[in-house]
Amino acid sequence: MRIKEHPVLEFKRGKMIKFNYNGRELTAYEGETVAAALHAAGIKTLRKSTEFQRHRGLFCAIGNCSSCMMEVNGVPNVKTCLTRVTEGMVVAEQRGKGDLGALY
Amino acid sequence: MLAKTGIPTPDDLSSKLPSEERLQQGPVAIVECFTPIPCDPCYHSCPFKAFQVFQDINDLPVLDFTKCTGCGACIAHCPGLAIFVVDYTYQPDRGLIKIPYEFLPLPVAGTEVITLNRSGEEIGQGSVVRVQNPLSFDKTAVVWVAVPLTEVMAVRHIKVGVGPDER
Amino acid sequence: MVLYTDLLVVGGGPAGMAAVLQAADSGLSVILLERYDQLGGQLVKQTHRFFGSKDEQAGTRGNVIARAMEEELEQLDNVTVLLEATALGYYEDNILLVSAQHSLKKIKAERIIVATGAAEKMLTFPNNDLPGIYGAGAVQTLMNLDGVVPGRRVVMVGAGNIGLIVSYQLLQAGVEVVAVVEAARQIGGYLVHAAKISRTGVPIYTGQTIKRAYGNGEVEGVELWQLDHNWQGIPGSERSLAVDTICLAVGLRPLTDILVQAGCQMAYVPQLGGDVPLRDDNLKTSNHRFYVAGDAAGVEEATAAILEGELAGLSAILELGAKEGQSLEVKKRTVKKKLDKLRKGPVGEKIRAGLLKVRRDGNAGKDRYSHTG
Repeated sequence: MRIKEHPVLEFKRGKMIKFNYNGRELTAYEGETVAAALHAAGIKTLRKSTEFQRHRGLFCAIGNCSSCMMEVNGVPNVKTCLTRVTEGMVVAEQRGKGDLGALY
Repeated sequence: MLAKTGIPTPDDLSSKLPSEERLQQGPVAIVECFTPIPCDPCYHSCPFKAFQVFQDINDLPVLDFTKCTGCGACIAHCPGLAIFVVDYTYQPDRGLIKIPYEFLPLPVAGTEVITLNRSGEEIGQGSVVRVQNPLSFDKTAVVWVAVPLTEVMAVRHIKVGVGPDER
Repeated sequence: MVLYTDLLVVGGGPAGMAAVLQAADSGLSVILLERYDQLGGQLVKQTHRFFGSKDEQAGTRGNVIARAMEEELEQLDNVTVLLEATALGYYEDNILLVSAQHSLKKIKAERIIVATGAAEKMLTFPNNDLPGIYGAGAVQTLMNLDGVVPGRRVVMVGAGNIGLIVSYQLLQAGVEVVAVVEAARQIGGYLVHAAKISRTGVPIYTGQTIKRAYGNGEVEGVELWQLDHNWQGIPGSERSLAVDTICLAVGLRPLTDILVQAGCQMAYVPQLGGDVPLRDDNLKTSNHRFYVAGDAAGVEEATAAILEGELAGLSAILELGAKEGQSLEVKKRTVKKKLDKLRKGPVGEKIRAGLLKVRRDGNAGKDRYSHTG
């Protein structure tokens, strides 16, 4: 849920864009983080733990904890709390630890 | 108990209040600041130098009620939103409270609001007399609310837009 | 290729920015690293007015202070700001390896000020990994930078200043705060902050904590219970609250990894939030190249972080032979006095006790983590 009006802050939001989440099309404001865009769409589960498949969500939002890592544009282990959403970005829940082999 | 609940008791308040005589003379600030913290903007905000000079930044503010005119310049400058102005002389049967308010929607002068005490319990209704929100207050509005004289010392917050008609 | 600089500051929050600003007219080269893609650290998320004295901008909102510092910083042409830049490691030959916008850089600096801030502490309880459980800093980031609320009904754990302030911010954003729960017998934060939320009707429960969170895949509620005087839960005192969000404000831990790598003598000081480097009264650590400032030196608050940044910045550039050394010495003494004044009162008691344990002339923590002997 987005804050429409705030007594102290003004939110300068970018233009509306579309991005892909697990095959679904979602909208976001350009410039917000992927994690924030997903939260605004009501999506709190960002990945599952590798061993026990426990749900994982945003925890620290400043790049410390790795709880929010997802696959973004094919790259695994991307911290979605630090990554800005862009038009056409493909965001997917990551399976397992992610394979960097294909990239490097 | 204040340190457990965050709600000041009449005992906590007694040392902060001016004399009954002063209250009957017109508007005056009540500074509900109970524990020493490093903070002094109230002192600097007062155009009448009614706050005692801080020997130490951690001193509790001490207000000279004879110098305080109840102008309310300090209200929006207190980082703890702990200063209120009360006026027992507003009308024969109603007093006025000036309350710092940082929520939306802001009330509108001439409308009724629900009044709350320090625990957030509803007390009754008050009439909004004026809403001050100049740039210099930097988004801490000061809302003037008229309430029955008996409620002046109790009311410390308001709820807007949920009057009995709309509930 | 190696980048050479006189001064390197790691962390672009209040302490780091304040440190860099001291080098304005120094004639020295400065690099500032910031992991995020904008400066300001946690200060940009602080929507409340600051305490402190008028000299330290008391009464001004944190986000306004942050913007003013950033604007001042942009004017400096001897300063290079690297955003999206994370310090990865410090090596024996004085190389700091940095990942900056996905490329690797090696930086060699004469002096390094570590102003990396702190990380949220966690609390152990069943299901504490469920989505819907956030650190208080995350809630601030989500609400105050992105304008997105974390949920509809929140329970706040911790009644220190952060817990109280973030509860108030949640209310301002239109979120229902069901309760603030504090394990200690008393509210830890400023009582004026507590009064601000109490008068909106939010109850503060002391002597209670979370027993467990529950929910199918995401938080659906929380079970609270009372604590006895040994901090143990009292069976039978449990009660459940239906909430979709649990916000943890149970303290911060200094981020000091680089200092440990650099062989700085460390000490575990609970009053300062965890492991912190020993330092002298100029904030210089036991490694002669390294200074520390802000929450990385001990968890305090933003006004102290700014002053510590100024102190470390001034000390470092004086060592590097900055121009106008004499006036900088005077300024340094003033900053030290301000810090002492800020920490003088009862709320500074804990910090003062902690600082006694990290003096480099003391024996505290000697040899712990120390690689250099």
